[in-house]
Amino acid sequence: MPTRKTTAPRRSGLIFGDLWEFDPAPETADPKLKARYDLFIGGSFVRPRSGRYFDSINPANEAKLAEIALAGPPDVDAAYRAAARAFRPWARLPGRERGKYLFRIARLLQDRAREFAVAETMDGGKPIRESRDFDVPMAAAHFFYHAGWADKLGYVAPGRTVEPLGVVGQVIPWNFPLLMLAWKLAPALAMGNCVVLKPAETTSITALKLAEILQDAGLPPGVVNFVTGAGETGAAVMGHPGAAKVAFTGSTEVGKAIMRQLAGTDRKMTMELGGKAANIVFDDAPIDQAVEGIVNGIFFNQGHVCCAGSRLLVHEPVADRVISRLRNRIRVLRVGDPLDKNTDLGAINSGAQLAKIRRLVASGVREGASLFQPPCRLPARGFYYPPTLFTGVTQSHRIAREEIFGPVLSILTFRTVDEAIEKANNTPYGLSAGVWTDKGSRILRMSTELKAGVVWANTFNRFDPSSPFGGYKESGFGREGGRQGLLDYVRLAGGGEP
Amino acid sequence: MLPRKSHAAHARLLDEVGAVDQVGVEERVAKFTTRSIKRAAKLWGLRMAVSMTDLTTLEGKDTPGKIESLCRKAIRPHEDPAIPHAAAVCVYPSLVRCARAGVGASGVKVASVATAFPSGQTHYRTRLAEVRGAVADGADEVDMVINRGAFLAGEFSRVEDEIAGVVEACGPAALKVILEVSELETFDSIRAASFLAMGVLRPGDFIKTSTGKTTLNATLGNNQVMIEAIRDFYMDTGIAIGMKAAGGIRTAKQALQFLIAVKETLGDAWLTPRRYRFGASSLLNDLLRQAERERTGAYQAPYHFSEAAESY
Repeated sequence: MPTRKTTAPRRSGLIFGDLWEFDPAPETADPKLKARYDLFIGGSFVRPRSGRYFDSINPANEAKLAEIALAGPPDVDAAYRAAARAFRPWARLPGRERGKYLFRIARLLQDRAREFAVAETMDGGKPIRESRDFDVPMAAAHFFYHAGWADKLGYVAPGRTVEPLGVVGQVIPWNFPLLMLAWKLAPALAMGNCVVLKPAETTSITALKLAEILQDAGLPPGVVNFVTGAGETGAAVMGHPGAAKVAFTGSTEVGKAIMRQLAGTDRKMTMELGGKAANIVFDDAPIDQAVEGIVNGIFFNQGHVCCAGSRLLVHEPVADRVISRLRNRIRVLRVGDPLDKNTDLGAINSGAQLAKIRRLVASGVREGASLFQPPCRLPARGFYYPPTLFTGVTQSHRIAREEIFGPVLSILTFRTVDEAIEKANNTPYGLSAGVWTDKGSRILRMSTELKAGVVWANTFNRFDPSSPFGGYKESGFGREGGRQGLLDYVRLAGGGEP
Repeated sequence: MLPRKSHAAHARLLDEVGAVDQVGVEERVAKFTTRSIKRAAKLWGLRMAVSMTDLTTLEGKDTPGKIESLCRKAIRPHEDPAIPHAAAVCVYPSLVRCARAGVGASGVKVASVATAFPSGQTHYRTRLAEVRGAVADGADEVDMVINRGAFLAGEFSRVEDEIAGVVEACGPAALKVILEVSELETFDSIRAASFLAMGVLRPGDFIKTSTGKTTLNATLGNNQVMIEAIRDFYMDTGIAIGMKAAGGIRTAKQALQFLIAVKETLGDAWLTPRRYRFGASSLLNDLLRQAERERTGAYQAPYHFSEAAESY
């Protein structure tokens, strides 16, 4: 085409200014928070033995939201005893009866979706757009999906009988508080187990609000117990001798500590740990959609996503095109009040996490990578970090190896398919990866050669309850979601382990 | 120079302009629909949309009387002085003279469809003659249709040459090239056709989605593919081409979503009637109705607005 050969000067002078500023558009639904949340043990809210409480704050403005009970070992013990008492009748209940409770929980959650979305956003800092359109509906979807399995246990492992394990100890992270809760609770309950679960200390509120739903659903007391607190409480939940199995989602460091603690016991484990996913863009990829996928991959939930596409591997022939479009794209990302319906990037979950992001970004600058951040006005109070791109990153940079868990993308280039595979796999992690290309055969090859639990093709960060999720290498083991996820919550009768 | 007609030409064009992934485009534009535009921002957007509207009537039953009242509406859409005039009136060539007289020196432009609108299925010389006639009668802008038959047959040079011929026939009039997206079907083809047209257009000319005469008209998806093509072309050549989304945009809410797409894709420099237009007829009154709602806090019945078709 004649125009492509023009010698006119290259300009990229697009103006993303303030000609049309949006007015604030806050979501106003009442989150119905209580001033103080107690532990949920044996079907009712009970005070912690120690009488101690800690504050849960709103990371968007550092204001106190509620007081949360601090569970000590005696509380954890009480929770396990309540769960153990509830186990036998719950496990003996016909599957379809257990399914009814799960359906009820899912529907009650849908009924109160807006309220839960606002609570989730206030507690964790994620944009209301995401909690409203992703976290809450997806959590309900997990309860619905597993409710459907509850009366079909004969099909979980065809030809064999499945039995529940007993009481399961679960610890979940702060990035998707309600969704991770649903990922953990729904399969455990559907298969007939009872649960002692600890939410993350910065984001306990939606779990305790869900406890209200469990009460409303008439779930038998003790089937689900929530104990709140920080690392020590988590260690007590993971190490309790009453647990038949423990399931943990969180950092690789803590996961390793739990595995050390439990080594030599007969406890079953599943671990869903960190990641440093490669998002690989080939020269034949649809560029604008790839750019959108890159943005979804790293800026979704402020990058607080274990499967975030935090390493962009871009084919050298299109690197400039991709990077210039990416810069323009992040210029129009709106950072700020998470409750504003137009916010794309909300608040960083905690001051500690913000400090960690700053530390790693500083290391990137120190090690010579070049930093790009679009101009954006951040609120004066609260924890915020602008969307950040690093170009000129190599495999040995810290920002290419360590999980940042923030809105920071490290951009590397590659020349050949083999080099892309080599670089993508050159990490101790292996949770997810993305491939962008118009060529179907290349997608198939990449999906077999990339050592990652999930490989997305021409999309990123897509989830479904029927699709198993989990890692390779130091990203953990065990799967959540799908039939595979159920197998981690059952004992196969009359044979070996799956 | 591309071969006149070959599979290679098709492959090369798509290769040169790059692929589009439909699922990805739809995911992107879905985000525009979740934007929440309130108060002053809403009012600004509504007024901007009014000023971008090509108030259109393209019917066999159009008469000088109808054009006269359309022109009055375009010049003064509402009694509120804060409401700007529409960008243009868009009519068939035989009514250009009438529209010219109707808009006078108001600043409202006269746009004429031409080139055997909407199908384009007549001799090239006839199509050019129609363009020249419309411009001679006083059209400020010409809306042409591309030769979709030639495009789908892979005769890209012919499509390109014909557009170039119309550019010449337009003289001082601005040109809007209608791709008729529903007949090109795929986003890949829409992107390729956009580049084909932009390659021979002048700064200030437009590409346009559709005639409004087929089943599928402007959608956020094909609008997005076209404005991304405009952005890429601008970044490569420095030539700024305008965009017109036509047909199917009936509500103020839709119009605001299209403007959000423009704001986030092309930036502030395209938020002007010189570079972005809506081809519509019933949209204008919904914009006014929403603007009144922002001003007074209450919705007015449709019959409060002049030229409203709906009433009871």
